[in-house]
Amino acid sequence: MAAAGTERLLRQAREVRDEELGQFCARASALLRTEEPGPEAVDALRRLFLIVAATKYGRKLEDECVDLLQTALGPPPRPEPLQLLCAAILRETAPRPGLSLSCDCVQSPRQLSLVASVLLAQGDRRQVRSVGQRVFQVLESRQPEGPSARPLLPVVSKVASLAPGSFREDQANLLSKRLADWLRYASVPQGPAPSGGFFTPRARQPGPVTEVDGAVATDFFTVLSTAQRATEDQWLNVQAFSMLRAWLQLGGPGAPDTDDRSEQEGSSLSVLSAAASTGRLLPPERLREKAFQYCQRLVEQSTRRALRRADADLQKACLVEAVLVLDVLCRQDPSFLYRTLSCLKALQARLNGDPACVRVLLPLAQFFLGHGEAAAVDAEAVCRQVFGRVPAEHFHSPMLAFEFVQFCRDSLPLLGRHLGLLRRSFPGLLQLLAWNSPALTAEFVALLPALVDASTAVELLHALLDLPCLTAALDLQLRLSPAASERPLWDASLRTASCPDASQDPQLQGRLQHLLRTEASGAPERLAPLYPLLQPMAGCARVLQCAEAVPTLLRAFFSAVTQFADGALTNQLARLLLERSDSLYPVPGYEARVHQVLSAQFLGLCQQRPCLVVELAKELLALVGSGGGLRSGGSVLTSAVWAVGEYLAVSWDRRCTADQINKFFEVLEALLFEVTQSRPSATLPQCPPQLVTALMTTLTKLASRSQDLIPRVSLFLSKMRTPAQSAAGGALCCREDEGVGTRATELLNLLKMPSVAQFVLTPGLEVAAPRYHRDTNTALPLALRAVSRLVEREAGLLPAEGRPPG
Amino acid sequence: MISWFHAQSLRHTGHTASHPPGAMVHAFLIHTLRAPHAEDSGLCRVLYSCVFGAESSPDDPRPHGAERDRLLRKEQILAVARQAETMCRLQQQASGRPAADLQPQPSDEPVPLHEAPRGAFRLAAGDPFREPRTAVWLGVLSFGFALVLDAHENLLLAENTLRLLARLLLDHLRLLTPGTNLLLRADRIEGILTRFLPHGQLLFLNDQFVQSLEKEFSAALPR
Repeated sequence: MAAAGTERLLRQAREVRDEELGQFCARASALLRTEEPGPEAVDALRRLFLIVAATKYGRKLEDECVDLLQTALGPPPRPEPLQLLCAAILRETAPRPGLSLSCDCVQSPRQLSLVASVLLAQGDRRQVRSVGQRVFQVLESRQPEGPSARPLLPVVSKVASLAPGSFREDQANLLSKRLADWLRYASVPQGPAPSGGFFTPRARQPGPVTEVDGAVATDFFTVLSTAQRATEDQWLNVQAFSMLRAWLQLGGPGAPDTDDRSEQEGSSLSVLSAAASTGRLLPPERLREKAFQYCQRLVEQSTRRALRRADADLQKACLVEAVLVLDVLCRQDPSFLYRTLSCLKALQARLNGDPACVRVLLPLAQFFLGHGEAAAVDAEAVCRQVFGRVPAEHFHSPMLAFEFVQFCRDSLPLLGRHLGLLRRSFPGLLQLLAWNSPALTAEFVALLPALVDASTAVELLHALLDLPCLTAALDLQLRLSPAASERPLWDASLRTASCPDASQDPQLQGRLQHLLRTEASGAPERLAPLYPLLQPMAGCARVLQCAEAVPTLLRAFFSAVTQFADGALTNQLARLLLERSDSLYPVPGYEARVHQVLSAQFLGLCQQRPCLVVELAKELLALVGSGGGLRSGGSVLTSAVWAVGEYLAVSWDRRCTADQINKFFEVLEALLFEVTQSRPSATLPQCPPQLVTALMTTLTKLASRSQDLIPRVSLFLSKMRTPAQSAAGGALCCREDEGVGTRATELLNLLKMPSVAQFVLTPGLEVAAPRYHRDTNTALPLALRAVSRLVEREAGLLPAEGRPPG
Repeated sequence: MISWFHAQSLRHTGHTASHPPGAMVHAFLIHTLRAPHAEDSGLCRVLYSCVFGAESSPDDPRPHGAERDRLLRKEQILAVARQAETMCRLQQQASGRPAADLQPQPSDEPVPLHEAPRGAFRLAAGDPFREPRTAVWLGVLSFGFALVLDAHENLLLAENTLRLLARLLLDHLRLLTPGTNLLLRADRIEGILTRFLPHGQLLFLNDQFVQSLEKEFSAALPR
């Protein structure tokens, strides 16, 4: 097995001891010292690289060996594999203090590039700058007939990105000038010379430059022009465009330079500028102008039908880059804006119906959004187009999904009045999430606060709870889709034959349409009837993955919504939360996980707005009366019960009546009786002890508020006190019984002194006042100590303390 | 499994212009992929990694031990590899790929890289890199390939480049031939990266340029 071999080799490399490494270094050094190191040396270096790279801990290489590795990078030139390995080993051991390597004497661009790779890996800004300076020296002094500058341009990019501002203005201008020339004036040989010419074609005469569709190129050379054998300046053209955007932003064509010495110097040094110098524009301006022309040409070239698939892919990447470069140009010089707008408007119109170019729409939209009023009309149009259609049509492309969500995040500060558009299109965005939940959950957690407002909150919460159901529906939609060629990968283990058919039932069809809507409808429909239809998909890995993400999303949702929710919205959300707790798409384990979040959030909402308990009395009574949610751990039920105990009091809401308290008491009492006294059965699963204690506590709290109830609850509690009895009920196991018994005893003791019970169980709002914590006579700690002594003493007298563990 | 969801920074990013507008590749890595349904077939291993220029930390006044810097770099790469591996596994599970897909096919047919599992995910600032970055990954049989990009790099170009690199590595290192080991081929990997991703610069290479670079590579590093 390849994997086993790899694993073994890695282990061996890690287990090499220091003295073995020393011997290894000595051998490598000996081989490096030979006149012409051969394959043996390469082999030794490969192994040395592995030993160094295979562990995250530092490896001590002999100084002598390190010196030889450095020497091998300098002149005279050695075989490429050898030098590549030397550089790689030095990079792997970086940062290494006291490295003697320097690029000062290296002349050859290829070697300088290698040395630079080692130096840039050291993480030292001064070193980065000196590399930048040296590279410029070589670029400046380069002779037209000398070796190509190609390997040096990426070093310039890297230096500019690692340490912006590393170049002097004259240097930046020189490079800007060269870049402009390389971009615009790369040679375009027009094919073989016509017959009767004076020149016999040189041996290395390049063939004709063509477009990606094979037509002979008639305009200047770009990365979308193909040549059988590329000339040096064509290579530089490719390099120049590749680094253009970064250079425009980082290499900082800075303030206009009035000193034309650099201009002269530049032109005298430029290898290729003979045909090109216009002389009138300053180098940064000229570069921008040429960049603009280049981008325009790329946009035009992208209409051609590429012969090769790789070139078709490149065309799209070029379009994206062109839009990004144009964006930079317009930012740096607004005078480009109108020319650019007309070009990009045409592009947008062209891409409108082309699903293959959908990813270009995102930078386009960003462009229009980023350029304010001038592009306002187009921004509106492109946002509609992007938000409305794209997610629903392309949710199954993982890259597009990621890019789309990133676009939404990045555009938030720019959306302004289009933010509503984004908000309304959340159902489409959720399709991306539903299909690609592992990669996008974190993105959505960040995006949710922007998506939720008072108008979308309720619908969004429904949609989040139905997210796994949406995944299943998308899966179904793809399976039944006629466009088989466009199908992405999916779980083929599920037979299409077992796929349900919704088309038979117009009502189900309607709900399915609703689930798959791309825009907020304002009136969420109940999707429960769809659950049986989509049941076959509930076990799919994708649905399960999505279900795992929902709790995280719900938490993010609530933390966002509670920032602004008013009373009415809080009420609506709490109602929805109770209602949906027993109406979830049945994915294994989903209900229990969601309930945990919902129960915590329900308590949070009640805490924020205690009168919810009175306002939702009907729903709460129904929930408690039905014992709903017990099947999935009862966490929502427990929270509801606890909330009733906490907040059903006149002190929280004047509307609370004794009658209401009595009604709740009866229902809760009945439930407690049911869960503790009845035998375990299939219809009523084991009751969690948290629920039992919450029920007891809540009953006690209610009794402390309506004291006629005290005898009833005391009777009940005294029954609960002796574990044997509840154990006979069979629903609880022994260790947890003890906790329940202790709680029953404590509550019973408290109720013996109703006024203390009321103080402890229904503390007034004034408890929060500073006085309660400062004044020695009323101090809360004092009161609490007194109460706990009371409760403990009584508890201590109980024979239960001394009973053998059972 | 989803612990990094919580670690993600919730901070909004500004527009492109408000970021240090880096537009390069920070790192390239190759790691192992385990079979999507096998839980106990070893750990995710980084087989090769290349960081293009160290992330400097000017705001951090503490003296940096060289040892610690290197350790941090290795841990960062491993963190990316693990996430990429998990993403790939989850995607394969979701698409119901049989585990057999991870084994090299006996035929000489090229691997259909356009259909290979792929994706991207965001690396929030501080986790694991100082700057926010994006990782793009591609899963081919038992190998995972990934690029760590500056946050606003051209993702489409990065995706094309990653596919190209994977194809070149598969072809020129004969990764699918039993008995070949990538671990002892660092020179060839470096040779490919030097040409197709020099110093982390993504290149707009059309097919003709790719072919001539490939020829140049074959001449410089003959098999």
